[in-house]
Amino acid sequence: MENAQPQFRRVVRFVSAADRGFAAIVYAGSAFFGLLIVGLCVELVLGSWPSIVKFGPAFIFSSSWDPVASKFGALPMIFGTVATSLIAIVLAAFIGIMGAVFLADFAPRWLAAPLSFLIELLAAVPSVVYGLWGLFVLAPFMRTAIGPALQKVLGWTPLFSGPIYGVGLLTAGMILALMIVPTVTAIARDVISAIPRDLREASMALGTTKWETATKVVLPAARVGIFGACVLALGRALGETIAVTMVIGNRPEISASLFAPSYTLASVIANEFTEATTSIYISALIELGLILFFVSMIVNAVARLMIWSVRGSERS
Amino acid sequence: MIRPLIRSLCALTVAASMMLPAAAATQLTGAGSSFDFPFFSKAFYVYNQKNPDVTINYQSIGSGGGIQQFTAKNVDFGATDVPMNAEELARAGQAVLQVPVALGGAAIAYNLPGVSATVKLSRQVLADIYLGKVQKWNDPAIVKLNAGVSLPDMPIVVVHRSDGSGTSYIFTDFLSHVSADWKSKVGTGKSVQWPAPSSVGAKGNEGVAGQISSTPGAIGYVELAYVIENHMTAATLQNKAGKWVACTPEAVAAAAASKPEVSATNFSIVDASGAQSYPISGYSWVVVYKKPADAARGKALYDVLTWLVGTQGQSNAKSVDYVPLPANVQAAAAGTLRQMQH
Amino acid sequence: MDSPRYARLGRRRIYGTLGVALALCCAAIAAASLLVILGYVVVKGVGALNWEFLTQLPHPVGVPGGGVGNGIWGTIIIIGIATLMAVPVGLLTGIYLALFGRGVIPESLRFLSDVLSGVPSIAIGLFAYAVLVAPLKHFSGFSASFAFMMLMLPLLVRTSEQAIRSVPQAVREGALALGMSNFRATVGIVLPTAMPAIVTALLLAIARVTGETAPLLFTAFGTQFWESNPNHPMAVLALQVFTYAISPYPSWQAQAWGGALLLILAVLILSLGARYMLGRAAKGLDA
Repeated sequence: MENAQPQFRRVVRFVSAADRGFAAIVYAGSAFFGLLIVGLCVELVLGSWPSIVKFGPAFIFSSSWDPVASKFGALPMIFGTVATSLIAIVLAAFIGIMGAVFLADFAPRWLAAPLSFLIELLAAVPSVVYGLWGLFVLAPFMRTAIGPALQKVLGWTPLFSGPIYGVGLLTAGMILALMIVPTVTAIARDVISAIPRDLREASMALGTTKWETATKVVLPAARVGIFGACVLALGRALGETIAVTMVIGNRPEISASLFAPSYTLASVIANEFTEATTSIYISALIELGLILFFVSMIVNAVARLMIWSVRGSERS
Repeated sequence: MIRPLIRSLCALTVAASMMLPAAAATQLTGAGSSFDFPFFSKAFYVYNQKNPDVTINYQSIGSGGGIQQFTAKNVDFGATDVPMNAEELARAGQAVLQVPVALGGAAIAYNLPGVSATVKLSRQVLADIYLGKVQKWNDPAIVKLNAGVSLPDMPIVVVHRSDGSGTSYIFTDFLSHVSADWKSKVGTGKSVQWPAPSSVGAKGNEGVAGQISSTPGAIGYVELAYVIENHMTAATLQNKAGKWVACTPEAVAAAAASKPEVSATNFSIVDASGAQSYPISGYSWVVVYKKPADAARGKALYDVLTWLVGTQGQSNAKSVDYVPLPANVQAAAAGTLRQMQH
Repeated sequence: MDSPRYARLGRRRIYGTLGVALALCCAAIAAASLLVILGYVVVKGVGALNWEFLTQLPHPVGVPGGGVGNGIWGTIIIIGIATLMAVPVGLLTGIYLALFGRGVIPESLRFLSDVLSGVPSIAIGLFAYAVLVAPLKHFSGFSASFAFMMLMLPLLVRTSEQAIRSVPQAVREGALALGMSNFRATVGIVLPTAMPAIVTALLLAIARVTGETAPLLFTAFGTQFWESNPNHPMAVLALQVFTYAISPYPSWQAQAWGGALLLILAVLILSLGARYMLGRAAKGLDA
């Protein structure tokens, strides 16, 4: 975006009453939005306060989740959340961006519209359907076909060693990738299409091939928007509950193997919240929600730092 | 074109909402255990047909959710698989009555390709499987119980419920009763820390059933209704009296009948005595306030619940693969309900 | 560009072709996955779809027939209200962020918006419960709409900002040069140009929330009866699908799949309809 056209200039004058009224409404809408999120954070902190007080920072580093003894620790779940989301965004970003490039620049008219439509429809599938399909179709396929194949080729690495249950980190990552691909593809496709034709034509006039134009000129120009799409998609992956909990194996353990069952923050909350009865248990679960909020914050902060450093290196 | 379209859509919506039938005179709400949901949906439907001016809206948001909403007085009654304990009763503020309303059992389903005979498991062996001490199907302990059956050299994949559930509670309660090791290491609860190294958690009965059916060598505990409806293979267990019993409604009823003095503070019927008792059985409970806020709603609630625990209400249980309460327990429940000030 | 390796157009063309093939594969994988999942849902659910299913109240197990009519109705009302709440807030925030690009407050809002997209829907449901159910002491469809609104907002905010920014400077400055106030320039000229992308985001957001179950447990609550008043507990199709899917009974499970198929079809029809209307508006046939 930044390379393609000059900075969107702040030409903001409020001359008429309509303008002032408009400004007031715009401010009000944005303030309401900000207030919602702050309120959410406050509620999470209030709800998790008893647990914060009782367990302190040990909560984040402890590995045991024992509701009977009321001993709670979040480390395996943080690991599972980050690992599955990472797998998901790597897969989805690659497929999504490549797919978007195809749809925006290379697909013939008769193909682009229906194909985009099909991909967007993936977003309409309810999470529980993803979960059931993952459990009954993908997990057995992983156990009988994909897993053994990967283990044969890459079994010497700790990532692909160990018993293959069918459910586990990799399966959950794949299901998540499917769920977030429409977001990445649709937004990336829109962003790429919005890059003005002049840029493409200028590049081709210099003698590049169409593919080189698409990947080396247009994609960098659309970089910020695509990155935003990935961030949104990553957010959805971090918070997804039902589909993940059906295919992840729900074992609160940290393991090097991608085939091992794992557990995510959102899954624990979804699994145990409706049955939790003691107040410290409920509080511990809400604290997991708060931790997820902060994990999301950290991931987004890192993403922003990466963008700023890239923009900074451009200007120099 | 857009504006007239939106206008007509709005008009259509308003017209449609006016055509819908009006709400009944009294609408009671209840929330809680998902175990009770099929039974309640049948029973309350039948009740509404007999008493058209009373509708009961029951939603399965989980036992914990049910207790929370009941305590917050957002619903008229709650349903829970484990009765409210002292802390929860204290939080409710007012006096609470707890009555058993449904009975169920957990069957041990498994997936052993090539083995056509039903596997027999003793209580100790089952506990050892879940503790991780017995890790293969052809372990001598299992072979000893199944003479004549050739068990394969396959690792046992132990499946449990990942979501907090009353079925998990009953099962861990059973394991705590039969294995001192389990009781000290793990304990009883709706969610516990499962010790077996090969254990996998699946969400809901359908998750456990799905995991078992797609993993050779898997074993797990599933609600009776689920096993019946989906024709799953379940193991025969040895009960406290030493007899081998399969998980059937009759066996669960026998377990309940062996302990007529059940109450909210003494509610466990796992590992019951009696030759025909199935060892993994348990009740589900409804909680109401002794003095409901609204007298008219209190009366309606009293009528519904008394009908529910009576013979007529309980007769709906069989059609949904649930076990009716034994006669003595029905009488005790009705007696508890009579304490309601209505 | 003048190293011999690069000058070989033939090789670059091959890379190009391979690249396009790869991109095509990726798009095809995504589309094929949908067809596989859709096929699975269709096979399991199409048998349950009939007029009775669409218009009747749920029946308990053992009583034949029954349907998800109240769930469909509740979903329409709740998502309708959620859209009415989310679109203004999302657009206004997007306009704010586009007009006042730099600065601590806009950057914080963007950051918070991204963080919000990572919050699990069950936590947002709990927030809606704390704000709209607990104080009022009853469940309501409106609280579910509130939760859905929060789920839809990050996508709407980010996309409307992006879409407004990608309207060429020339268009906006032209409008301002003609003497329009900012209000008219933005609402009358820039927004309509940005509309297609915003509608895509809106459709994505609606598609996403139609399948959400977790926030509904403590907000809409559900009911077995007809309910049009958003101030009461309402039935929602996604919730019914979830409850039936995890039940033991094949008849209910079949209805769950039917309901899931219905959800996907509803979003499909909505998308097609919106695209069609946008297409006609773009062609200037709008009234």
